[in-house]
Parts: sequence; structure tokens; C-alpha cells
Amino acid sequence: MTRIQGGLIDRNRPLSFRFDGRSYSGFEGDTLASALLANGVRLVGRSFKYHRPRGIFSAGSEEPNALVELREGARREPNTRATVVELYDGLVADSQNRIGSLEHDLLSVNDLFAPFFAAGFYYKTFMWPRAFWEKLYEPAIRRAAGLGSLSMLADPDAYDRGFQHPDLLVIGGGAAGLMAALTTGRAGASVLLADEDCRLGGRLLAEGGVIDDTPAADWVAGVVAELENLPNVRILTRTTVFGAYDHGVYGAVERVSDHLPEPGRKVRQTLWRISARHAILATGATERHIPFGDNDRPGIMLAGAMRAYVNRWAVTPQARAEDPVAIFTNNDDGHRTALALAARGVPLAGVIDTRSGVSSLGEYRTFAGATVTGTKGRKGLSAIELRHGGTSEWLNCGALGVSGGWNPNVHLASHHRGRPLWSDEKLAFVPDDNGPQGLLVAGAARGEGSTAEALADGARVALTALEALGISGTAPAIPVASEEPSAIEAFWHVPAKGRAWVDFQNDVTVKDIKLAHQENMRPVEHLKRWTTLGMATDQGKTANVTALAVMAELTGKTIPETGTTIFRPPYTPVSMGVLGGGDTGQRFRPRRLTPTHPWAEAQGAVFVEVGPWMRAQYFPRAGETHWRQTVDREARAVRASVGVCDVTTLGKIDVQGPDAGEFLNRIYANLMGTLKPGKVRYGLMLREDGIAYDDGTCACLAEGHYVVTTTTANAGLVYQRMEFARQCLWPELDVTLISTTDAWAQIAVAGPKSRELLSRIVDGFDMSNDAFPFMGCAELTVCGGLRARLFRISFSGELAYEIAVPARYGNALMERLMDTGKDLDVTAYGTEALGVLRIEKGHATANEINGQTTATMLGMDRMVSRKKDSIGAIMSRREGLSGDARRLVGFVPVDAGEPVVAGSHLVAPGDPVDMAHDQGWITSACYSPHVGSSIGLGYLVNGDSRLGQEFIAANPLEGQSVRVKAVSAHFVDPEGERLRD
Amino acid sequence: MLIPHPLLGLRDAQEFTYLGDASLMARPDPDQPDAEAAFADYVFLRDNPAGVHRELWFHEQGDRSWLVVTRNTVTHEILGAELATDVARRGA
Repeated sequence: MTRIQGGLIDRNRPLSFRFDGRSYSGFEGDTLASALLANGVRLVGRSFKYHRPRGIFSAGSEEPNALVELREGARREPNTRATVVELYDGLVADSQNRIGSLEHDLLSVNDLFAPFFAAGFYYKTFMWPRAFWEKLYEPAIRRAAGLGSLSMLADPDAYDRGFQHPDLLVIGGGAAGLMAALTTGRAGASVLLADEDCRLGGRLLAEGGVIDDTPAADWVAGVVAELENLPNVRILTRTTVFGAYDHGVYGAVERVSDHLPEPGRKVRQTLWRISARHAILATGATERHIPFGDNDRPGIMLAGAMRAYVNRWAVTPQARAEDPVAIFTNNDDGHRTALALAARGVPLAGVIDTRSGVSSLGEYRTFAGATVTGTKGRKGLSAIELRHGGTSEWLNCGALGVSGGWNPNVHLASHHRGRPLWSDEKLAFVPDDNGPQGLLVAGAARGEGSTAEALADGARVALTALEALGISGTAPAIPVASEEPSAIEAFWHVPAKGRAWVDFQNDVTVKDIKLAHQENMRPVEHLKRWTTLGMATDQGKTANVTALAVMAELTGKTIPETGTTIFRPPYTPVSMGVLGGGDTGQRFRPRRLTPTHPWAEAQGAVFVEVGPWMRAQYFPRAGETHWRQTVDREARAVRASVGVCDVTTLGKIDVQGPDAGEFLNRIYANLMGTLKPGKVRYGLMLREDGIAYDDGTCACLAEGHYVVTTTTANAGLVYQRMEFARQCLWPELDVTLISTTDAWAQIAVAGPKSRELLSRIVDGFDMSNDAFPFMGCAELTVCGGLRARLFRISFSGELAYEIAVPARYGNALMERLMDTGKDLDVTAYGTEALGVLRIEKGHATANEINGQTTATMLGMDRMVSRKKDSIGAIMSRREGLSGDARRLVGFVPVDAGEPVVAGSHLVAPGDPVDMAHDQGWITSACYSPHVGSSIGLGYLVNGDSRLGQEFIAANPLEGQSVRVKAVSAHFVDPEGERLRD
Repeated sequence: MLIPHPLLGLRDAQEFTYLGDASLMARPDPDQPDAEAAFADYVFLRDNPAGVHRELWFHEQGDRSWLVVTRNTVTHEILGAELATDVARRGA
């Protein structure tokens, strides 16, 4: 145990947890990392490639090493950074990327072969034989090299999304962020303050200094109390602003209940979409390390992290309290860690400082002008080798803090591709002013890193933001913070014979960077991809700048010339679940139900998804054991008596205005403006490039009032296109449009007895053939006063109608029709029978009008009127389209027992089955109870003059080959007498 | 992205669907002798500028108006938005 006094943990609330099956205890306020350190656990994971023993390296979200699988069962989350996991009672975590125990990982043999695993190894080695890659090499490599594993179970938790529109978003609640929020909050701006930590304060919590003569944590508490009392300030803790997007939009994830054993009734996380007029980036800085030989042993960590563990979590970094701790640094900040450790009674082995001539800032030994050149300790550090004045010596120590300076967290300022600027004075990349519009940077995030600087800078930048917002504010009194020495001298890595790790997470060493240089992978983007430097969960937060410096040294260029890779969201890993924002499963896409859905459900209908719609596919009856039995019965019933089918999903667009007829003339390829009230006409729409687009009917209900119907799939698109034509092409036409698809329930009533059935529900409407002939339409009332529209149109080829009533009456109308028509053997039919009926009649649908076909191919070339202009008319006449010889015809199998398969391609008998001999293809096929065999529709070269000829319908995918005969596409009533009867 | 709708104020781009170059509003005269060539250009050819671009957005989850939005394709800065109807009536 290395727990010491003090810290921001609640010792009255002990918590127990398990790591790799062993029980430990910690306190409320601990992270998993601090609790493991407190229990003397240093070995927490195995490295990505070499399976080297690894320990906790940092105290924050930048952690490259301490990745664990958190929780069990469906909630297991791999690659979770132990440094940001808040401890809760009963927490269970396991180390990952090992075979066997963490102590004796079988894959650590990889480390012995390390000379072979240098950067580019996989690219070069597993080239041959080619076929081995997918089956052998890749699975084996993936098994050996990797991170945690998924539970493979569905995520049991709920997620949410929310929207915020503050005047000002303050990102980060450390010294600068708190002062910025305070200054702008007091001025009355609406402020959103977000911080990734569970409590505000940032590094102030880790430094344990004094502000305005009070402990920093108390000063923070006072500021937070004031902010919480300001109604215009909202604070989101446990919230990471992960990306800056266009126009002041920021993405953030609030971890609502990740600190709890289970979310219970809460959501697990919330995705916030923040639209801010201005933003202040106060994200602080991340410490970097200095690579040296064997620098990856557990017990070696960032010096600033040691300070955080000692001050905030009251934990010392070594396994046993009596083990001495050493610091390796190139700057004064490393000495501050030594002071912090000494103040808490931690034995110090000394500070190894690369700078010559520096002296101790307190009671500890300083090795000036010295470097660390090696380490010992198989599963945890036991000694370091240091070199100074030309001599080497070994120093026993249980932990080593490394400080190579601090890198401002410029990420969000660079999310719009702005590259940060190198500061020779600060030895760090600082944000340029080319960041996202409205984003200001304050404090350590722009290199103003001492507490005093950050406090003053936060207030100063806040005043700039207020001015930009047009809100007057007053400069607050700047709290007094103690002096913090910060001198630094450039020192990037200690040349080593062995491996010196730069990027711990991806096992990238200085040698790998040298190799990249040798192989000419010198630009930073190449360096990154060749070595995998800066990839994976930490995105190289502790590695990138150091790697650039090493590459700069090798190329002889400066660091700014070497440049940085592009910063992209997210700042830290974001779960896929929260990006869905709760739109998962059924909520991923809303389901649209037809008005008769309750009725169909009660009938035991089988439903099918048609776009977002759920449509009744068929209505099985007792005793029917195969869907075909049901569908054949339904189709036969329509031809024999009468059937009913919900066709509400077809798009309906109401077109009104004095120029409606002229407008429709320009929308449809055929003449529509001549349509008289009370009449319906079939219409074909083309795309402007001349390809057939959509078809349907157009009904003229009254002078200047039309209803256009579209296919189900294109309902929204046709409406959008018609609005485009109305608003963008012909605004001079006096016409208005509205989609009424959802307003009217529409039911097809088809079959020889459809007239009789409907005449039982209409209110005194003359249904006779003379009074209401084929292609008639009328507005009327039914069932004793219910407003309705009746269309005499037929998709099945039978005498048929479609009746529309306000949507809320659809279900009742269906029930009434079924009830009233019992003696007529009225039969409900679904989309499957609907398809059979229309194929039998030779009507085209989306299979035939599929975006590749033309009016000519459909046999409708004469419909494209030459008397007027319409969308697509001009282009439809170009040679490539109008000269197409393929025509829509029908097909029957020569042997009636054989199937016709949609998608089959047609070749002449005896010809090879290849595209050179292709004669067309089958677009739609079904079993036709009317014909007594399978039938199909399809496009055939010169089809209309080849009726009666035989072809091979080849389906090479399934090894099928069927002899078919081309016939008329109209299998039923080719003269169309039935529908006119 | 936020789009300044001339009638409804700033609206999130998620409410809109995108069509493309506003030159689609300049449909060629079908009665001209070179109509087919003009339509071929109109249908298939677009400028793809790196910089200021006038483009059509449809407020599908809103008031269903078509807008001509002027956007810098490099910076995503939105320089203005007009009702397409107004633009079309002006003949621009």
C-alpha cells in the first residue's frame, strides 16, 4: 500500500473492486488507476505488439498503456483507460491483450523476436503466398497483436442526445476555464462550461498549490459554488467536447452514468450538439516524456502524473512506500514533482536533469547534465542507469517520473485543419489564429501554463469573447497564485543501443522512426502510417511531438518544417452507441404503419418492410402451410370475385392552381393538361436525362385541382422534384403542391364483384359503367356521410377501384368492406398477390422502371409528347436512348414445371452465356395461378418482334438455366375488356 | 453546419437535403436548335469550384422551400441564402 495522507478522496467511503480476479479496495474519488497504484499494483497491461509488461503512465485521458476491459457481460468495454475510470463499489476490470495470466503472458515471446517486428515488418513479410493472408496470417496476427475484445453482445444501455445553444462554450474547467466562465457568467452571457473530469479544477486539483491564500481545491470549490448560482451558467462535468465542426457547432459526450455500477433508469451517455456563438478552448496541456533505453517498464510514468497521484489521490507511484523515486527531466517542472514528492515524505533517489549547471530546488540530489540510459526490473522498475560526466552508475528506484515539457492541447483549435505554430521559446506547438471561427484559446492550451498565467489568461480571453458577443463585462480581480519555475531546455531523446519507446500504445521506438527515415517515409503523414505512430485510442497524445522532434533531428530539418499530422475529431474515443444518440433498433428508423395496420394485424397478416412502411404481404388462413398457397388463393379471389388491398403507401401529391394543368404538362412526359374534371390518366415521368423515372396516375378532381400518385418508393423524391420545378424552374406558374400521402387512406377494391361491393357503401352514387366509367374519378360520401374519393383504376387488370377516405377512417373502412362483402367472398390480399396480379397484367413497377430503362423500352415512346416540353423530353430523344432495341415482353417456361427467375439473363439457345450474347434480362417473375406456371416480365432485344421465340434464361449465380418463351406481357385480358366492363 | 433561412432564421443543415450547383435552375430553352447539346451540358456538366459556390438546398424537414445558398467550399463559410423562387423570378 502506498496511500498517504490528504488528497481529494473520501476515506469514509471505501469501495471494493476486482482487477484480474483479485479483490482490492479504494475510496470514493479514486480512479481505477489511482486505486491500483494505492494497492501496489504496477503491472496493468501488455503492450500492443511485443506484449511487454506495462504500467500506468499518466493520470488522465492521454493514457497510452493502462487499457483494461471494464465491466462484465454485455457491458464489457475494451480499451478503457484506467486513468479516467471513476472507481465504484464492485467494479470489475481485467487486463487485456494476453494469453494466460498478465504476469506470464504466453505472447511475451513476441518480445524475443522484436528485431523482426520493426515498423513495416508485416507489410514486407506476409506478402507470399497471397492466399495465406486472409486465412492464416491475418487471423494469427490479429490474435497476437491487439487490444481488448468485444463482448459480442448487444449493448444493453440507453443513450440520449441533446442540444445546447449557449453564447459561449468554455471547454475545460481548469484555472483558465474557471476564470473564463466566471468572467463571462458574471457579465450575464449564457455560458456552458464542459469538462471531461468528474470535478472541475483541472490541473489545480493535481498541483495542490495555494490560490489567494487558500488551498487550490478550496478556491475551486468557491468558484464552482458561484457558477452554480448563476442561472445563465450551465456546468457539464464528465463531458468531453470531442470535436469542433462548422459554424460554431461542437460535439460533446456526457458520461452520465459511467461512474455508476449500472445506469439504472438513467441513460449511459448523452451526445450533446452544441451551437455556440463563441467558444473558449481551455483544455490545458499534456506532458511529454523523453525516450531512453528500456523506458517502458511499469513504474516509469510522467512526472506531472506523479504529482497528480500524490496531491489529488494521495497515492505514491512506487509499489512499496520505502522504494525511492527518481525524476528524469529537461525542465523545472520535473523539479516541482520532486518537491511535491518530498513534501509528502516520499523517498527521493534524485533528479536527473539533462541541463548542465542546474541545481536542486529543495532537499534532494540533482544530477545535472545527466541522462537515464537504461533500466532494470522485469515486471516493474527496480533500478535506472544514469550517465553523467562520462561515467555510468545504477541507481535503485521503484518509480521514475519523466518530464520532457508540456504540449498544449491544441486539438480542437486545429480541427478545421489549421496547423499549430511552433514556439522556440516554449518548445511547444501553440495554436495559430487560423482555428475555427469564434474559437479563442486560453491558458495552458496556448502555452500560458503556469497557474498564475492561466488564471490571468482565462479572464483576459473571456473579456475578448464578451466584446465579440457585444456584452459588456468587467475584468475580475486576478487571484494570486504562487510562483512556478518553468525553465526548459530542448532535449528530445537519449540515444540508446536498445529500444527506446516513443509511442507506448503502438510499440513505436526511436529505431522505428530511424527505419522510417531510412525507408524514406519521412513526411509526418507517412511516418504515422508506416510506423502506426500516434494511432489507436490515445492518438499519440504523449508521443507525437517527441516523434516529430526525433524525425526532425534525423532529417536535419527544424520541428516546424517537419510539421504535425492533421488533428481530427474525436479528441478522445467516443462510443458508437452514443453517436447513435439513442437512435438504435426500432428507433434507428421510424416505422410507418398503414391506416389498416391494426386490422391487418388482427387478421394475422405477415408484414413486409417496404422502405419505412410495414405492409401486409399476405394473409394466411388456417390450414395453409406455404405462403404460395395463400398468395395463389388471394390472386384467384381477385380474378374470381373481389379483393381488397391497402394501397395508402403510394404517394399522393395534391396539385392546385390556375396553372396546375400547365405545370403537370411539364412534369409528365405525356399530355396531362387536357385532362377533364372527373377523369384519371396514367402518367409517366422522366428524369431530365431522359431515363424513365416514375409512373402513376393523375386524377383531375375539379378545374385546377389534381391528385398525382407516385410509386411508394419515390413518394418523397417526386414531391421534392415537383417543388424544385415549381420553385426553381417555373416560379411564374400559379400552382401549389402538398403531399397528402398520410392524409388519405386508400384501398384498392379489385375484381368482377368490386362494383357490387362498393355500391353497398356509397351514399347514393351512381356506380353504373355509363355514369362512372373506366378512368373516372369523383368526390363523394360513403357509409352515411364520410368524405371519400373514388377512382376507377386498375392495377390487376380486373374491374377495379381505389377508394380514399381520411386516414383515420381507413381501418374502419377496411372492416366495413370485409363485413359488407362476406357474401361476395371478399378477400384481403397483400403485396405479394398485388405483385402477381400486376405481372399477369404486364404492368411495370420499380423492377422495370429501375433508373436504367427508357420510355421506348417500356413500349411507351409515343407517350413522350412532342406537342409540348416536359422534363426529360429533349434528352429522351437522343440516339443512345431512343435507339434502344430492348422491349418489355412476357416470358413463360417451355416446361411449365420450371421456374422463371428474376435477374436471369437471356441468351439465344446454343449461344454461350456471356455479355457478348446477352439478349436482355428478366425483371419480374412469379408463379401465376391464372396461367398455371411461372411467368416473368423482361427486356428483350427487339422483343416485340420476337414473340414466340425461345431463349435460355440463365442464372449463373445459382447454376440455373431455364428454357423460356417470349410472349405478350399481357397474360390476362390483353384487350383490356374486363377493366372497362 | 447552420444555414440562414431567409424566412426561418438559422437552421441546422440536418433539416435540409442537398442537390448541388444552382446552375440547375438555368434549364435550357427546349425550342432552340442546339437544345440537345445545351441539355447535355445542363444535365451532366457542373463546375466544381474550390471557393465560393452557389448551390441548392431543400428544406425538407422544414417549410419545403428550395434555397440558393452561397457557400465557400474551402472554408464552409456560408455567405448567404435566398429563396430559390426569388432568385428564379429575378432570372439570375
